[in-house]
Amino acid sequence: MALERDKHTAQRALLTLHEAQLLELYRRMVLIRQFEEKTAEMYARGKITGFCHLYAGEEAVAVGAIYALYDKDYVVSTYREHGHCLAKGADPKVVMAELFGKVTGISKGRGGSMHLFDQDLRFMGGYAIVGGGLPIATGLGLSVQYNEGPEVVCCFFGDGALPQGAFHESLNMASLWKLPVVFVCENNFYGMGTLVQNAICQEELYRFAQPYKMPGVRVDGMDVLEVYGATMEAVARAREGDGPSLIEAVTYRFRGHSMSDPVEYRSKREERIWQERDPIKNLRRKLTVERHVAEGRLGEIEAEVARQIDDAVKFADESPEPSVEELGKGVYAGS
Amino acid sequence: MELTYIKAINSALHEEMQRDENVFVMGEDVGELGGAFKATEGLLEAFGEERVIDTPISEALIIGAGIGAAVLGMRPVLEMQFADFISCAFDQIVNSAATLRYRHGGRAQCPIVVRAPSGAGIHGALFHSQNPEAWFTRVPGLKVVAPATAYDAKGLLKSAIRDNNPVIYFEHKRLYRSVKENLPEGDFTVPIGVAELRKEGADLSVITYGGTLAPALDAAKIVEKEDRLSVEVLDLRTLLPLDREAILATARKTGKVLIVHEDRLTGGIGGEVAAIICEHAFEYLDAPVRRLAALDTHTAFSPPLEEVILPNTNKIVDAIRNLAAY
Ligand SMILES: Cc1ncc(C[n+]2csc(CCOP(=O)(O)OP(=O)(O)O)c2C)c(N)n1
Ligand SMILES: [Mg+2]
Repeated sequence: MALERDKHTAQRALLTLHEAQLLELYRRMVLIRQFEEKTAEMYARGKITGFCHLYAGEEAVAVGAIYALYDKDYVVSTYREHGHCLAKGADPKVVMAELFGKVTGISKGRGGSMHLFDQDLRFMGGYAIVGGGLPIATGLGLSVQYNEGPEVVCCFFGDGALPQGAFHESLNMASLWKLPVVFVCENNFYGMGTLVQNAICQEELYRFAQPYKMPGVRVDGMDVLEVYGATMEAVARAREGDGPSLIEAVTYRFRGHSMSDPVEYRSKREERIWQERDPIKNLRRKLTVERHVAEGRLGEIEAEVARQIDDAVKFADESPEPSVEELGKGVYAGS
Repeated sequence: MELTYIKAINSALHEEMQRDENVFVMGEDVGELGGAFKATEGLLEAFGEERVIDTPISEALIIGAGIGAAVLGMRPVLEMQFADFISCAFDQIVNSAATLRYRHGGRAQCPIVVRAPSGAGIHGALFHSQNPEAWFTRVPGLKVVAPATAYDAKGLLKSAIRDNNPVIYFEHKRLYRSVKENLPEGDFTVPIGVAELRKEGADLSVITYGGTLAPALDAAKIVEKEDRLSVEVLDLRTLLPLDREAILATARKTGKVLIVHEDRLTGGIGGEVAAIICEHAFEYLDAPVRRLAALDTHTAFSPPLEEVILPNTNKIVDAIRNLAAY
């Protein structure tokens, strides 16, 4: 039921969005993909160290959901958050510089890959504690409601967060108090090496909406238009004061859990099946076949993004390390 | 047999599970994956799913369910994937596990072991670098250990599993593969609550544990050669209960004490050690007790900042020289 309706919203989005809007969706997904590929390359070259989790394959979720928001709406994310941060409009230069640990980075090099945060952008942070972002998003919603603001909070988390108490506590309160929060679960089937069905008693994750008395839908997370359509509905509801929704976006991470994961727990065959459903190729096909966008136009976008990513790497590489004077700064207010 | 620190942990788990069928391990990806750091590798094959239990990401539940099983006679070894996530289970540890026996008038017991991979120096940034031992060293009912060698990693884990109290076992991630040692064949344990003198000396004592033992020993060697200073190094090994006799013995012997740990300065166990010395060995001291620890800030991602935040061999050498000159 839910699925059929969402195919319908996706089709409607394809037909009603302006070409410029569709190309923007395409550009954002390509930006994330190229950014992540470059990140992997820089990691292999030792320019980036520490723990690093890539978003390649899941671009449609961040881009589709965030495109349904206004700039003034809030986004909360996880440790796999480069994509959400870029989709929210962060300059790839400052994100790359953060991964390099440079002072020009979005968190001044203090946080690295897992802790991107930019309140000006209303990107309210990646949380490296699984489930840690959900109560924060709920509180952002509380503040918006208190101030009778028009904003909506969009909270991303993985399937791995559902067994945490924080998930259940947040959905309960958001629903009870009708907070303007859209909970977007990125179900990529695995939390590290653990399959969803080995971790969660109800593997149709959108069904967790029902006990918490909110709408729940499952969408194809490899289809940016479907994610966009479903999020538009949830956002409208939240903005009207009707409370939260749960969206389960079914997706797949193309790479390992982190840079050090040899990915021994899933088959090459499974990976190939999902690679054929690549969200970027998926949109490319729709744009060229159904909206008659010239291949060349898409190629131009890709080339433009490639230049942007090269600039980002150059910027990160040439930026200075944080100075020792930075050490104590930012621990307390006023410093 | 030569074993790394992580293999020593692994072999303690194998042997204890072999010895006592009430011992089981539980945690995130501990089964098929063998744990994020491979500490539980091979256990699933050897002991099966019933005793090597993969859980969802539910730290409070992992500890809470462990407590429930322990009360009824099981001996769970519960893995927190990183010590940083132990905060998600804080209530179960400090409110449930630590007080359980007391609440039952001393008639029940809670023999759980919580394994917590801690420590910085791997660019893990704020939530993958912490040394949260001091959150627990002030909780009656708990025991807290922090091995620095492969021998102790094995011996202390065995003791922790056999202990009838909740034991928090901090294993330092940086030592996993960098520390290697020839270990005796067969069963051996290291007693909880007993410190170990790693090096004898006459001029000054360094008291440390875990991730800073090796740099402290290196520093002792350097000042011995370059400054002709004779430095004693005491490895605490257990942080709760502290080995007061060993602490006081070394303080009385050399009269100058430097305490070093990778945990932050403020509120770290070093303050407690210093207080014990000041209260009970004051008249033996030739200098104030000094502490060298991580700076009181968050563990930054930036590698050069992380370097400045953490103690290292050079900083210990400087601190020793300073104290010796007092
Ligand atoms: C509280 C907590 N427990 C464990 C971890 C270690 N960890 C990091 S990511 C992860 C898997 C999360 O899976 P999921 O939520 O599905 O997100 P995905 O990685 O698939 O995007 C685990 C266990 C953590 N960061 N925080
Ligand atoms: Mg997942």
